[in-house]
Amino acid sequence: MSDTATKAPPPPETPDPTTEAGERPEFSLGAALRGLAEGELGSLRVILGIALVWIIFQTQNSNFLTALNLTNLMLQVVAVGLVSVGVVLVLLLGEIDLSIGSVSGLCAAIMAVLNIKHGWAPVPAVVAAIIAGGIIGAFQGFFVNFFKIPSFVVTLAGLIGWQGLQLQVLGDTGTINLQSGFIVDLTSKFFSSATGWILGIVAIAAYVGSALWRRRRRVAAGLGVEDFFAFAFRAVLVAIAVVVSIYVLNQDRGLPYAVLIFIGFVWVFAFITTRTRFGRHMYAVGGNAEAARRAGINVTRVRMVVFVLSSGMAAIGGIMAASRLLAVNQSSGGSDFLLLAIAGPVVAGTSLFGGRGTVWSALLGAILIGSISNGMDLLALSSAVKFMITGGVLLAAVTIDSATRLRRQSVRRA
Amino acid sequence: MTDATATKPAAQPKTPLLELRGVSKSFGAVRALTDVDFEVGPGEVVALVGDNGAGKSTLIKAISGIQPGDRYTARFEGNDVNLNTPQDATSLGIATVYQDLALADNLDVVENLFLGSEISGPGGELGLLDETRMEHKALDLLSQLAVTTIRNVRTEVGSLSGGQRQSVSIARSLLGEPKIVMLDEPTAALGVAQTRQVLDLITRLRERGLGVVVISHNLADVFEVADRIIVLRLGQRVATFDRETSTPDQVVAAITGASSNGQKGGQR
Repeated sequence: MSDTATKAPPPPETPDPTTEAGERPEFSLGAALRGLAEGELGSLRVILGIALVWIIFQTQNSNFLTALNLTNLMLQVVAVGLVSVGVVLVLLLGEIDLSIGSVSGLCAAIMAVLNIKHGWAPVPAVVAAIIAGGIIGAFQGFFVNFFKIPSFVVTLAGLIGWQGLQLQVLGDTGTINLQSGFIVDLTSKFFSSATGWILGIVAIAAYVGSALWRRRRRVAAGLGVEDFFAFAFRAVLVAIAVVVSIYVLNQDRGLPYAVLIFIGFVWVFAFITTRTRFGRHMYAVGGNAEAARRAGINVTRVRMVVFVLSSGMAAIGGIMAASRLLAVNQSSGGSDFLLLAIAGPVVAGTSLFGGRGTVWSALLGAILIGSISNGMDLLALSSAVKFMITGGVLLAAVTIDSATRLRRQSVRRA
Repeated sequence: MTDATATKPAAQPKTPLLELRGVSKSFGAVRALTDVDFEVGPGEVVALVGDNGAGKSTLIKAISGIQPGDRYTARFEGNDVNLNTPQDATSLGIATVYQDLALADNLDVVENLFLGSEISGPGGELGLLDETRMEHKALDLLSQLAVTTIRNVRTEVGSLSGGQRQSVSIARSLLGEPKIVMLDEPTAALGVAQTRQVLDLITRLRERGLGVVVISHNLADVFEVADRIIVLRLGQRVATFDRETSTPDQVVAAITGASSNGQKGGQR
């Protein structure tokens, strides 16, 4: 490249034609729509999606928006949603875990065999199953990290392999029925109305309190804060959502234990991913692993921990699924379980390309996908139609994700 | 080749901050660096120029400890030191800014600035991030460097222009309070105004008393900011120029080897 060494005089200075990054945009309808299209308001987009799905099914079948059906809907989505929490963590790294379905089935089988066949107490059996999940995650993470095999391939091997082990663990009978007790209670017990209200009010107070505290600190440090109207608007929306949810659930049997467990896990992992060093490092690895490595982040350890968490959450989801089914059988964790667990967060705005998304997308996505599935059941659609519609929704979600990414890239190039 | 020794006394800084002698590095049969000497002083901008494959990046990597030299001696502020790992270099206060490689597009400016050295509460990896303090410090740092083009430090880095991104990378390297900053092609692929931003920033680093090492292909940029120009060719240091007393033509001749036939006009 000898031409680079020529001493051509620099061209005359011109003002920088590219638009520099602007201020926080003023609120406007146009900006809001652009935000929707670029996925910045991802959670709003999926909430609108849920509203649309609910309106459609309600017009087709008036039983859809009843307290009974909505409570059932929440109970149905808990197992897949818990698995989705782990999926979000893996997706944030730009990896994928296809073994989660098989791992959930295998771990549920381990729990059932220990509890029923070997007479372990329920709690130790559950803990052992979760630990088994963690070990599986470490095993898969080891191959991804140290042999640099794409996670897609390692976990595809896991998909088949762990399913085989599940059949082995279940043995000749193939099905193990659970006995009533702790494990079954997980998805069949409800809080009283009063307890539900107290939990709801605590949740609202915690949300508003922590948001206000952060806002105060920023003001004290002389940093800019969000428009108070927007801040208050969001707080009111959250409060309304919680109050309405508790009210509706109390019309039926109350707030299910399972839903509290689900939301608890979502909240804990949302907190870890957005407020701690480890969470920041996860986003960094997903955004640019090389940059993360050069910044001194132990990328290998982050990946390892995330694969352990993913399989651990798969185990927890599998246990909840078993609790709801009252049994573990050879098809536990099979069929479309894996697909739905991945589809949920992706539909709700977590990118398959890494570095973008939130743990809340596991909750919102599970509700969206669960609503579609529940509604189609109410309409008594055939499996053929259900599969095609579910596939279509997943394809649409992935298309939106890709389109958003392309759009972002073209904005940057411009 | 004795060119390097012939030219060395030309423009030595009086008290080098970092001094390397006899850096050699081979990749298999390929000798990337042969007995290269290097020195940079405080408040001095040294440009490292040369054709592709001349060994510029290899030398930077040897200094930053990413690919340590096979043989070398190094003195930092007069003391013998090792540069065998990135940690060695970092703990001495040598920071390296890689072109575009060191930023995560999905994170905002503050998050990128503090990546890997976040301010957080107790609890190690699970320590609570202190966003308020990080943002405050980020604003401070950017205003010290007079980086005025980044108006919102919560903007995703992916949506910034090349010049802004380079400013973030450079600002990031200063968080560790380094004494030497090395920049690998800081103005490559930048527009005119953005190049201006980065060159101004380099000048400000010098004013802060830092030693600055710049790799560049663009001689116009080099002549604008560098105090001294070191020319590498085929893994050897072939010439050293003082910006004040040399011309781009002389540097080009050294880069291409046109002046290697005994006539060392450009070098005093």
